[in-house]
Amino acid sequence: MITFRSVSKAYGEGAARTTALHPLDLDISAGEVFGIIGHSGAGKSTLIRLINGIERASGGSLVVDGEDVTTLDDDRLRALRRRIGMIFQHFNLLSSKTVAANVAFPLRLAGGLDRAAIDARVAALLERVGLSAHAGKYPSQLSGGQKQRVGIARALACDPKVLLCDEATSALDPQTTASVLHLLAELNRELGLTIVLITHEMDVVRRVCDRVAVLDAGRLVESGAVADVFLHPRHATTRRFVLESEHVDEGERGEDLARADGRIVRLTFRGEATYAPLLGRVARASGVDFNILSGRIDRIKDTPYGQLTLAFSGGDVDAALRELGAADVTVEVVR
Amino acid sequence: MDDALFANVDWQEIAQATLDTLLMLGGSLAASVLLGLPLGVLLFLTGRRQLLEQRAVHLALSFLVNVLRSVPFIILLIVMIPFTVTLVGTSLGVAGAIPPLVIGTAPFFARLVETALREVDRGILEACQAMGATTRQVVTGALLPEALPGIVAGITVTAIALVSYTAMAGVIGAGGLGDLAVRFGYQRFQTDVMVVTVALLLVLVQVLQMVGDRIVAKVSRR
Ligand SMILES: Nc1ncnc2c1ncn2[C@@H]1O[C@H](COP(=O)(O)OP(=O)(O)O)[C@@H](O)[C@H]1O
Ligand SMILES: [Mg+2]
Repeated sequence: MITFRSVSKAYGEGAARTTALHPLDLDISAGEVFGIIGHSGAGKSTLIRLINGIERASGGSLVVDGEDVTTLDDDRLRALRRRIGMIFQHFNLLSSKTVAANVAFPLRLAGGLDRAAIDARVAALLERVGLSAHAGKYPSQLSGGQKQRVGIARALACDPKVLLCDEATSALDPQTTASVLHLLAELNRELGLTIVLITHEMDVVRRVCDRVAVLDAGRLVESGAVADVFLHPRHATTRRFVLESEHVDEGERGEDLARADGRIVRLTFRGEATYAPLLGRVARASGVDFNILSGRIDRIKDTPYGQLTLAFSGGDVDAALRELGAADVTVEVVR
Repeated sequence: MDDALFANVDWQEIAQATLDTLLMLGGSLAASVLLGLPLGVLLFLTGRRQLLEQRAVHLALSFLVNVLRSVPFIILLIVMIPFTVTLVGTSLGVAGAIPPLVIGTAPFFARLVETALREVDRGILEACQAMGATTRQVVTGALLPEALPGIVAGITVTAIALVSYTAMAGVIGAGGLGDLAVRFGYQRFQTDVMVVTVALLLVLVQVLQMVGDRIVAKVSRR
């Protein structure tokens, strides 16, 4: 659906020239929720704006829905943009227009629909995002979560194939974030909508994304299935994002591990293994003792997972680890 | 009673002057808005990092506006006389006053429009672009409606500035309340005429401000 080939972007000319994105390759498939995570200034907004041509690439080729964005003329580019919805951190609704008029706006821009058809479409969209009762209100009368729902309805108005989300939940409280992410996941499932989502929170990625790419100072440093990247991060930036999402301080964790005795091992359970009473059985069979140093049981999108850091002592530790490894548990020896 | 208190006041003349002032004000305000609005939009759009960024055009327009705004109005009134005659056939009366009034205030209003447009959240323009809007659609569908409160406030300020400009236009025989105040009240020491005309001008300014504020409040949705 979206293919980046050595796409780069620099702003400014001459001495003021700054590179926002170093040449990068990226493939986003139709129907997936693709997350791009990075710190502020990493180039996330630049990257997502390249997709609908709001920023023009400085080099490389970028094919979206079969068309190379880097070579399209203005008319073709506008036509492509109508097939790509976009939502924003600060919603960017027209404050002078009602909720219904905001949602109708892209339909009026596109032309081709009469008033009755537009009204019917707007009513259906507002129903879909649960805002039918607020059609006549102005954005200033809505909460943040409601505003983002209007943004989503507006972005869906022209039946896009792709939805771009630029930090769409960063201005929302945790509960509202959860409900907006839930809505995005539903739209992805029901409409087969391809979603590209940028964020600086690993939790957002964990909850809705299928795959993720990590952007650090304009470079793609890691990418893959969310479960792989989240549970076994390789790059330092990725590790920091994961720890942040677990509310763990890297330094403190290091001290805790240093104080523990025995063999320190990190076990990762995925899917059904998460719920199996495996650990106790293995411990009894091999006669080892274990001490839980840290642990977490949660979900990545719809898949449950558990991750435990344990200190094993006594008994036959190697046999215990072999048995755990055989039972679909990923075993990493930390020390 | 009037005769005792306002011995020098010719009410007929006051009525005519009031009408002249209103005509000058209405005519020049309408023309200033008609000229200044597109000029302000163009100034905004050709500016740095805007939709139609055109450095040369922006600098040229900006220079023209600054030149017109730096010429004292009284001088503009006089140097424009030949141009006014070719445009409206006379340099006298209400008709003769309107061209210099418009040239004096349209650039001022254009700057107010430009400022109002700059207040519009850039994110809204980005959203319009992302929806595939043409520049014209962005201007008419988003930029002007979003800036409407600021533009109406600008029209109010311009209208009030025009009230005092119409008084100066008396110098070239434009007529109106300001002219009466200067000719009779100031030059012939008929204080009663001055009081009446100034009071009427004050009422006019008050009403303009009040109506302007009401409309701004009505169109503000933020
Ligand atoms: N229009 C612009 N002109 C110049 N520099 C820009 C522009 N937009 C972004 N940048 C720079 O590009 C880099 C990446 O910015 P951005 O893509 O907004 O990052 P993010 O969204 O990850 O915070 C930053 O260093 C920023 O200052
Ligand atoms: Mg950003």
